[in-house]
Amino acid sequence: MAFTLTINGQSRNVEVEGDTPLLWVLRDALNMVGTKFGCGAAQCGACTVHLDGVPVRACVTPVRRVGTKAVTTIEGVGSDPVGARVQEAWKTIDVPQCGYCQAGQIMAATALLTAKPRPTNADIDAAMNGNLCRCATYNRIRSAIKAASGQEV
Amino acid sequence: MDKRLASPSRRLFLQTSAAVGGGLLLSFNLPASGRAADAAVPSRLNAFVRIAGDGTVTIAAKRAEIGQGMKTTLPMLIAEELDVDWAKVRIEQAPVDNAVYGDQWAGGSMSTPQEWEPTRRVGAVARALLIAAAAQRWGVPAAGLVTEPGVVIDPAGKRRLAYGELVEAAANLPVPDPQALTLKDPARYRIIGKAHPQSDNPAIVTGQPLYGLDVRLPGMLYATFLKAPVFGARVDRVDLAPALAVKGVRAAFVVEGGTALDGLLPGVAVVADSWWTARKGRQALEVVWADHPSPGQSTAAMATRAAELARQAPQRVMRQEGNVETALAGAAKVVEAAYHYPFLAHATLEPQNCTAAWTDGKVEIWAPAQDPEEGRALVARTLGIAPGDVTIHLTRSGGGFGRRLMNDYMVEAAWIARKAGAPTQLIWSREDDTRHDFYRPAGWHNLTAGLDAQGALVAWRSHAVSFGEGDKFVRAAEVDASQFPARAVANHLQTVSTLPLAVPTGWLRAPGNNAFGWVFQSFIDELAHASGQDPVAFRRRLLGEPRALGKPGGWDNLDTGRMRGVLDRAAEMAGWGRAIAKGTGLGIAAHFSHLGYVAVVIEASVGDDGTPVVHKAWAAVDVGRQILNPSGTEQQVQGSVLDAIGSTLRQKITLENGAVVEGNFGDYPLLRFAEAPPVEVAFVLSDHPPTGLGEPAYPPTPPALCNALFAATGKRIRTLPIGDQLA
Repeated sequence: MAFTLTINGQSRNVEVEGDTPLLWVLRDALNMVGTKFGCGAAQCGACTVHLDGVPVRACVTPVRRVGTKAVTTIEGVGSDPVGARVQEAWKTIDVPQCGYCQAGQIMAATALLTAKPRPTNADIDAAMNGNLCRCATYNRIRSAIKAASGQEV
Repeated sequence: MDKRLASPSRRLFLQTSAAVGGGLLLSFNLPASGRAADAAVPSRLNAFVRIAGDGTVTIAAKRAEIGQGMKTTLPMLIAEELDVDWAKVRIEQAPVDNAVYGDQWAGGSMSTPQEWEPTRRVGAVARALLIAAAAQRWGVPAAGLVTEPGVVIDPAGKRRLAYGELVEAAANLPVPDPQALTLKDPARYRIIGKAHPQSDNPAIVTGQPLYGLDVRLPGMLYATFLKAPVFGARVDRVDLAPALAVKGVRAAFVVEGGTALDGLLPGVAVVADSWWTARKGRQALEVVWADHPSPGQSTAAMATRAAELARQAPQRVMRQEGNVETALAGAAKVVEAAYHYPFLAHATLEPQNCTAAWTDGKVEIWAPAQDPEEGRALVARTLGIAPGDVTIHLTRSGGGFGRRLMNDYMVEAAWIARKAGAPTQLIWSREDDTRHDFYRPAGWHNLTAGLDAQGALVAWRSHAVSFGEGDKFVRAAEVDASQFPARAVANHLQTVSTLPLAVPTGWLRAPGNNAFGWVFQSFIDELAHASGQDPVAFRRRLLGEPRALGKPGGWDNLDTGRMRGVLDRAAEMAGWGRAIAKGTGLGIAAHFSHLGYVAVVIEASVGDDGTPVVHKAWAAVDVGRQILNPSGTEQQVQGSVLDAIGSTLRQKITLENGAVVEGNFGDYPLLRFAEAPPVEVAFVLSDHPPTGLGEPAYPPTPPALCNALFAATGKRIRTLPIGDQLA
């Protein structure tokens, strides 16, 4: 089937089966490989993207359900000022170890800071608990979220 | 002059590189040194340094990057001795070629001890060449010249030349003997010892292609590979038509495979225009698997058999000192305990994957791998081609933890791509990854210790039940009989019995130590409490006077003074002995592995529902006199501690009817954000060469946690994971 998606502000046409998860549309049909595959079951958060600003797991989101919602991925989140601040904090605080989960972490953190510009520790716990980091960079993720929100690290 | 310069091909290479690149390209073998100081560095090293006319320096990172940071740290060593501004450095992953680069694998926390000396000499050689070029230009002796970052200076003549202006001339000069050069005084370091973020961070945070799964080739197809749930079972029959009927599926075929668990195993491949389509094709398949010689393996049966073996005379003696039976008979107090730890999976977040493309009987491979040369050998052997016809490109790895020291997924991709007749990316599902790992072996330890009337440890007897046959252990199931308190207690006996195993096993972060550290440091804690002694004081007493327990440089050469140093520091950091709320406990453990010393203190309690809550962790670390990159080293410690907390709390791999039960993160849970405590890290600098830190902070963590929970609840954890044992 043909679908027209709005991804990072651009209109993209794809020809895929309607049950294809958005993750594989991005990765295999559009060669946008920044969004990662970790579990395929919404258990790790590596595939987190935004639909109209809301973080969702692309690995369990069939493309036919995306409709006209704006898709934002790690490749595009930096054009949002909050996303850019989060990326900058991630770099300077040196959050990544292997880095594989960090696209999803950044998407989750950007959604959090957009909704709550100065999150508490409890807010951060709640927003980030669905994103696994196998290298366990959790201490630095917290620091980076605080830095990006102008709070003391 | 270095005799290797007699080699015309090398000389030609240097000149050609200079002509093509417009810069200085250094590729040279460091001679095997006869000096005693280098005896612990078994490999030779080669490296690339390229300097563009504008002063930009490109440094090749030779080792596999799996999150341990060596892609940044090793170039730091070169840049320091080369004397350049770190902001001018660009880093490239080196091609895989051990003949040129020496060891390129990542494992065993070995990169730092192996590379510390030779990699700095790579930079020193490049700097010497640039100085020599300037000396020639100015007609002055090289000895009178100095450098500042990126510039050669003639202090007498008050002249300067940028490296970029010297590269062409430098590339044509003879390479000096690296061992003859004097390395920089650490007091003058500008780069080493300063925190530098990973060089790939800008690409990581913007989602640029870096990992194995990100490889894209023209005309590339995607593959899944369905293997038998029972390890090594053959395909008896399968109807491929339902898979081929799925729109977008290009091929489906049986891979005959072999019986070696670390080689190409039998299965059914489905190749399609997207991975999702390939997966659909695979789900349409019904495969009948042929019987396997050992289909019935189960962890429950293994536990029963291990318990039987524990009651029998041990099969083998691994280490014996003094007379443990006499000492136990005369002891004022005898303590016995049986410990068990489970199989574990690696669960790298990037599932195993590999991309392969064939041209004229040669294969090019893109892989996240920890030991690519072993992969090349496996591919060549299995596919029947020459190793020289296998080209491997290392991608960044989305985690390693020892999993990618094995190259099963690489040989699968090579095989499937050849049969598919197109460049193919093989991707394992998460369930494939969990059910076809090389597992950390389970084990059982049966311990007996004797204390005298003064509370001194006088006898230690350990009967380990592990996996193997005869005098051979299966991979990573070796019983290391040098583990502390061996050699610190007069009467010591380590014995072993083995069970056969037909499940693939492998190295997981701090192999052996990740289990033994928990068993021995937990039991030492039991002995302290049984004799009414403070766990820190008891350990200090056991360590005794500072002394080395093994041979210099050896992996068993525990230095009790260094261990005491981290023990004291961790206790101090955590405020050991302070008043603490009822129901909350502090636990401590200290362990030596991979040449590093780490003591960990954990503060923990148990929630109303029986769930352990870890409040905080403190880690004191001694990995020598110089921390290479403080940002990366802190990360390795925090990551190891939290990794170990996660596995201790909930992780286990269960075998039933020969197959692994767990499949995804629902039943193989990793530590999550909200349960990760802050981990405070301190380094104890000691006058020893720097050593690695990918592993040493893991082993003391599980016992520190269980010891803390004992202090909090009075319940001793002797079986891992903790699970709901405290509910």
